[in-house]
Amino acid sequence: MSKSPILQAVGLTKSYGRVVALDGSDLELFPGEVLAVVGDNGAGKSTMIKCLSGAEIADEGQIILDGQQMSFKRPQDGRHAGIETVYQTLAVAPALDIASNLFLGREMRKKGPLGSVLRMIDSSGMRKAAKEHISALGIGTIQNITQAVETLSGGQRQAVAVARAAAFGQKLIILDEPTAALGVRESRQVLKLIESLRDRGMPVILISHNMPQVFEVADRIQIQRLGKRAAVVTPKSHSMNDVVAIMTGAMTVDKKDQALKSVR
Amino acid sequence: MSQDTATYDAAAEFHDRASLSQKAQALLHKYPWLSSTMVLVVASIIFSFFNENFLTPSNFSLILQQVAIVGAVAAGQTLIILTAGIDLSCGAIAVFSSMTMAKLVQGTPGEGEPVGWAIWLAFPAGLLVGMLGGAINGFLVTKVKLPPFIVTLGTYNVFLALTLTLTKGTVPSIEMDPFLLTLGHYVNLGPFRVTTGVLFMFAMYMVLAFVLRYTSWGRHVYAVGDDIDAARLAGISVNRVLMSVYMVAGLTFALAAWIVIGRVTVASPNTGGDLNLDAITAVVIGGTSLFGGRGTIFGSLIGAIIVGVFRNGLTLAGVDLYYQLLAIGLLIIFAVSVDQWIRKARK
Repeated sequence: MSKSPILQAVGLTKSYGRVVALDGSDLELFPGEVLAVVGDNGAGKSTMIKCLSGAEIADEGQIILDGQQMSFKRPQDGRHAGIETVYQTLAVAPALDIASNLFLGREMRKKGPLGSVLRMIDSSGMRKAAKEHISALGIGTIQNITQAVETLSGGQRQAVAVARAAAFGQKLIILDEPTAALGVRESRQVLKLIESLRDRGMPVILISHNMPQVFEVADRIQIQRLGKRAAVVTPKSHSMNDVVAIMTGAMTVDKKDQALKSVR
Repeated sequence: MSQDTATYDAAAEFHDRASLSQKAQALLHKYPWLSSTMVLVVASIIFSFFNENFLTPSNFSLILQQVAIVGAVAAGQTLIILTAGIDLSCGAIAVFSSMTMAKLVQGTPGEGEPVGWAIWLAFPAGLLVGMLGGAINGFLVTKVKLPPFIVTLGTYNVFLALTLTLTKGTVPSIEMDPFLLTLGHYVNLGPFRVTTGVLFMFAMYMVLAFVLRYTSWGRHVYAVGDDIDAARLAGISVNRVLMSVYMVAGLTFALAAWIVIGRVTVASPNTGGDLNLDAITAVVIGGTSLFGGRGTIFGSLIGAIIVGVFRNGLTLAGVDLYYQLLAIGLLIIFAVSVDQWIRKARK
């Protein structure tokens, strides 16, 4: 019950010109949990995860990962620290194949002088590893690892993006609206992926609009409102209607009734 | 669940029954150089009916010599177009590099004999000028964030002006250093007799093809052109990739300038006028998409040869020069149409 958070954000603030997207927001993610972040449009969900992953630089506030203060300047910094993010836009290169996408930005080199002198990449090694990662997540529908990503369905693309995060994420994985563009069947697959990540002990931050899905997989739910953290609840302590009420400001939750500690 | 599987199977079956045009589309999508290769083969066969001299080793040697310069410039241009950019200043950079080499070797005439630089200083200096030109383009594209089209339209004029300033608008008729003329020598390869410049161009393609295909940098070039935001989020240093592409391209333009000197035996400020657009033409006909991320470097070589084959074949067939221009124009439109058609397939 008294676990210390693996990731902690304190007073994150970010403005775009005169628009204040994040107004001193906090966040704690505990080991092995799925933390859902919900909120209305413009509540600062996406901005917050961009700050956490290094895609944006917060104007103020601290990001503490495993007890160490971080200062991310680029997406590479976040990745390097062990934070993998699946962006809403997926960040895959459509014309490249699945294996290339999985290893995009950190290609494996061939062993020996071919790799060190000629800097040749190890295509077959990457293909093999990609196949292992994909099947480890139980995504059976992708047959050909050399398929270009643009030939895949939305759910399969999502699976590739999640597989990439799962393969390289050392500390935690952030998923931004992973089911927003998906059909029912594909959404199921992604939710299963999230559960399998949690089963492997990987902490997950899940940004979503979809209340039933949030209530299905999340351990705790952080509700953002007007760039601030309005409350943190659990699916057990509060109903969907409560969460929507908090989101719109119709309801407030006293600090002592919130789920600010790990519940797992 | 069983219903799910059923729909899935049905979808898969539907996929198998793709029409012939869909199959062709998919094939071209996978191998974008295929259509240009077909054009080359078909055109060569047709031209051989009109003139029996067309399909001979000596004629093809001639064509290759004619396309060596454009081909070399197109190699660098391909890199830039793969990143969804364009370089309108490629010919100007090439000419500026060649003038730099020639002028440095020649020295500035003052009192007495002009004292030029040693070739081992002047030649790298010329290559450096090419890379620097590319670096200026790259800087303006990545740091000042201007569209490549506008940047290179500007630098095209700048490099042209610098060249004219350097030469005062005259053609320096000087004794060229023998090293600078290296790529003008002839070699016999079986029935073919080509200049070393042709072989040098082929070597450039080999090196660039290797780098694009087998290194991380090559993948990153494609990724940046495919979707620049995705590439950035995937952790690629987008600006570094773009900068290096423009610089490597500048270097290939300078190397192309070396071939120019070998071929025309002087460095003339007027040799590069058509190079800019000819190189882009070769890349486009070779199947590389102007929208970036798709295409192959060898496609551009084929594209350059196609232009050469059309010019040569139409001339041998006794077709007027005006109609040759018309044919090249139609070829460009055809190539871009094919590209659009292929792109539609994946939406």
